[in-house]
Amino acid sequence: MTELVTFLVQAAAILGGLGLAVGVMLIVASKKFKVETNPLVDEIVEILPGANCGACGYAGCADFAERVVNEGAPINGCPVGGFDVAKEIGGILGQEVSEGEEQYPFVICNGGLNCVDRFDYVGFEDCKAVMLLSDGEKGCNYGCMGRGTCVRACPFDALTIGEDRLPHVNKNLCTSCGLCISSCPNDILVFAKESEQVHVLCTSHDKGKAVKESCTVGCIGCKICEKNCPEEAITVTKFLAKIDQDKCTACGICVEKCPQNTIAIR
Amino acid sequence: MVEKALFAILMDGIFIKNFLLIQFLGLCSFVGVTKDVKSAAGMSGAVVFVMAMAASVSYLIYTYVLVPTKMEFLDLISFIVVIAALVQLVEFVVRKNIPSLYRSLGIYLPLITTNCAVLGVVLLNVSSEYNFIQSVVFGIAAGLGYTIVMLMMAGIRERSTFVNIPSSVRGLPQAFFIATMLSMAFVNYFWVIPI
Repeated sequence: MTELVTFLVQAAAILGGLGLAVGVMLIVASKKFKVETNPLVDEIVEILPGANCGACGYAGCADFAERVVNEGAPINGCPVGGFDVAKEIGGILGQEVSEGEEQYPFVICNGGLNCVDRFDYVGFEDCKAVMLLSDGEKGCNYGCMGRGTCVRACPFDALTIGEDRLPHVNKNLCTSCGLCISSCPNDILVFAKESEQVHVLCTSHDKGKAVKESCTVGCIGCKICEKNCPEEAITVTKFLAKIDQDKCTACGICVEKCPQNTIAIR
Repeated sequence: MVEKALFAILMDGIFIKNFLLIQFLGLCSFVGVTKDVKSAAGMSGAVVFVMAMAASVSYLIYTYVLVPTKMEFLDLISFIVVIAALVQLVEFVVRKNIPSLYRSLGIYLPLITTNCAVLGVVLLNVSSEYNFIQSVVFGIAAGLGYTIVMLMMAGIRERSTFVNIPSSVRGLPQAFFIATMLSMAFVNYFWVIPI
């Protein structure tokens, strides 16, 4: 029994002594190699959400905080924190922040089940994987594959693939970080402001005949919307209508007139 | 103890028992810090220093503290303490003297602590029953082997950014392909230099 006790005491003493020696050495070293850090940076790191998602364009929250203080990076650069965080950073640095309008990812494809398949894809459930096979199974080369690459890219679970095989954005969970937008191989996710009401839900530049063969809701470039818009907000280039959001008043005439039901008000 | 020439130990550490490509130790930094040559070189320098220091300090602790008190079973935990302290020391020095390197290494500098390659050097020294000089030489050799592979990997990855590669392979998958081919090249050293 006493042997065991001495044994344990010895072991503890050796490890403890080692720890003590190392600790003292580190304390001395930290005094000697002390780096003056800006207290403002630490304060801003405290405020930031700490997601380290990289949506601000810097390596992480700490890096962003340092750039804000030292290199004048935009104080509203953190999309996850949003306006509240920008305001607090502004409070620390003594800068005024104006609130930008909130914008969310928006799916500009209405294909999904409306779009015919050229072949049956059996394999890895990922848009990029599908795209490797002659630009995807869909008859339309521009549309949504519906395989959920954006859903997996979202760290906040704000996206789901619905019954119509299209992604849907849950605005309550979305932080507008833009990771889903950069993950989409076909660029059918874009940022849209809340005030932008009317959207062309198609990105196909194919000619009308080709679009009609593959998709029942694609833009065929017939220019009916362009002729009927009272504000001249719509232009058709390369068989695709585009809405000038500054001119659009959301009167809804183009939505009624579009023979393909491509334009929608939300 | 098997007598072994220092040169043999050096070659052993650099090529035949190359820590990254033959023993698969320290792979997180291998994949993580090899995006450009500059940070790979900085990381390698830090690892060489930590490996040499850890080899010598842990030899002293093992031989003069643990063996006389018959506490050899404490080797793992005391080596970890030593390595962690050394890495902390390196971090202080790098942060003070080379701030740009400190920023580009980021999370990987503290990760040397958990870099199994460093612990691997120390434990291999113990199991091969090297003496002090042999231990230090093996530590330096392991660091040099690490450096060579890191620089080759970083050079290849830097140049391959100009190559047209399918987007689905770009990044990590591409790094794994490169690592595979480098590893196959290094396996040949088993036959080229018989020891």
